[in-house]
Amino acid sequence: MLVFILRRLLQSVVVLFVMSLLVFAGVYAVGNPIDILISPDATQADRAEAVARLGLDKPMYLQYLLFLKQALAGNLGKSFAFNIPAIDLIFERMPATLELAVFAMGTAVLVGLPLGLYAGLKPKSFGARAIMAGSILGFSLPTFWVGLMLIMIFAVFAGVLPSNGRGPTTLLLGLPVSFLSVEGLRHLILPGFTLALLNIALIIRLARSGTQEALMMDYIKFARAKGLSNARIVGVHVLKNIMIPIVTVIALQFGSVIAFSVVTETIFAWPGMGKLLIDSINVLDRPVIVAYLMIIVTLFIFVNLAVDLLYSVLDPRVRLTDAQS
Amino acid sequence: MTPAEQTPLARFVEEFTESRLAVAGAVVLLAVLVIALTAPWISPQNPYDLAQLDVLDAKLAPGSPLGNGKTALLGTDDQGRDMLSGIFYGLRISLFVGVAATALALLIGATAGMIAAWLGGRVDNLLMRIADIQLSFPPILIALVLLALLGQGLGKIITALVAVQWAYYARTVRGAALVERRREYIEAAQVLALPASRIVFRHLLPNCMPPLIVIATVQVASAITLEATLSFLGLGLPITEPSLGLLIANGFNFLLSGKYWISFFPGIALLLMIVSINLVGDHLRDVLNPRLKK
Repeated sequence: MLVFILRRLLQSVVVLFVMSLLVFAGVYAVGNPIDILISPDATQADRAEAVARLGLDKPMYLQYLLFLKQALAGNLGKSFAFNIPAIDLIFERMPATLELAVFAMGTAVLVGLPLGLYAGLKPKSFGARAIMAGSILGFSLPTFWVGLMLIMIFAVFAGVLPSNGRGPTTLLLGLPVSFLSVEGLRHLILPGFTLALLNIALIIRLARSGTQEALMMDYIKFARAKGLSNARIVGVHVLKNIMIPIVTVIALQFGSVIAFSVVTETIFAWPGMGKLLIDSINVLDRPVIVAYLMIIVTLFIFVNLAVDLLYSVLDPRVRLTDAQS
Repeated sequence: MTPAEQTPLARFVEEFTESRLAVAGAVVLLAVLVIALTAPWISPQNPYDLAQLDVLDAKLAPGSPLGNGKTALLGTDDQGRDMLSGIFYGLRISLFVGVAATALALLIGATAGMIAAWLGGRVDNLLMRIADIQLSFPPILIALVLLALLGQGLGKIITALVAVQWAYYARTVRGAALVERRREYIEAAQVLALPASRIVFRHLLPNCMPPLIVIATVQVASAITLEATLSFLGLGLPITEPSLGLLIANGFNFLLSGKYWISFFPGIALLLMIVSINLVGDHLRDVLNPRLKK
């Protein structure tokens, strides 16, 4: 177990290093940010001064070494556009994205699990067929278009829900959150549901097939033979066993929800780090792009490691080996 | 006719038509294909010929008469473009990007998978590690990064989509090839001292095709969605090549003033295309899966 964690951590460091090299080389090969950051009528001296101040006059490998040295000290460079450390900028926006992601995942479980359970218990019923057809639609609907249509229905025509921003935030343990006030919750509904949609469909499918498999198992037959109530059989014996794949998928999907929030945040003008990335790409704010990518890659590496560990805790049958494939 | 007398194709058709939903999907898909191929001839106007556009026709609701006497069935956009024509042309571009990206990714991925399975050892290890690491990141993130680096353009978005997809094919082909290469017909071919390339491409590859076909069908749909999403974000295709995603993005600007049709109808077209591909792909998986054979 310990060996496994150590090996994975070592592998992660290598991945991070390679990523930093690729991202840095790539990002710094694109365009010249000076053209965007400095007004076209600036004098040659102003330009030269700005280039020197931003360190853009040094050769690329020196820029990279400097970046690496500073990155190890937790400094990922200053944003060209905001002139504050890029990492601060991202951490400042991160709570908004995390709140949206957690809200979306929570919605997905609360909606998907009961529906999938029902579809698995009564596979022949009309309701189950409707749920499964809906889940195919959930997979096929382009998420960004769903977001637009939700805005159209609930914000434009019905006028009942706000379509942009976070609304008022309240401080929870020093972090600004929206879900504690009614107005904030109203702002969360549309972007949260847009982000949740794909995962609702995914959880429905998993819960359904898990339930159908579990129902054929001997331990369920035994529980029935013991005369346990249906509620207990479903609530304890079935649910416990279908939770293993579902928890794994939730954990794995959490990373893609954060990545996909780039789209949702752009549509709903949600002030998270995904919107920050798109804005930074548009103005070629290199340090922010690099910092975002490094942070998200780190996040992913930890999420994936956590999923593997979680899996072995939940399902004692899984043996952790770094199998050579 | 007993199964023994049927040709494989006839058997395939018979099994495929068992699912009404899949047949419906195939019909819609065929319609989409025909529209995409014949768009320049069946569109009411050429939406990118400025001479045919009239600003006075801008943002008309569906069913409104145009200045030239025709009717805009699905309304017009802010430039006075007929939405129906825009969608026909958009389908063409979206479908082209999806199919081209998938075909290229299939080619590269299948080759990499074959090489990994045939050579084994270090090459195998290296290729599969790269695929593993790549698959641990969501496709949208990889595509976003690549496009942030590469910039806009048709070739660039196809490159990004190929980079996202190749790993699926590589893994699948490798898995199938590892099973197949232990079969007797491969041993027989080796005993005949056929060259390795002939064994790999004429004997091994055709037998690894069924799972590839299934994945490729579904991947066309996801490539189209991904392209639409990226174009929507302004990172995919340039405005000169308006895919459905760009049409929807353009409509977003007018959504808040209640002009829904500019992004609603392109979205419906996108949805129809994706659902029909998924229905066909889903059923193909059942038909081509030998384990489900009666």
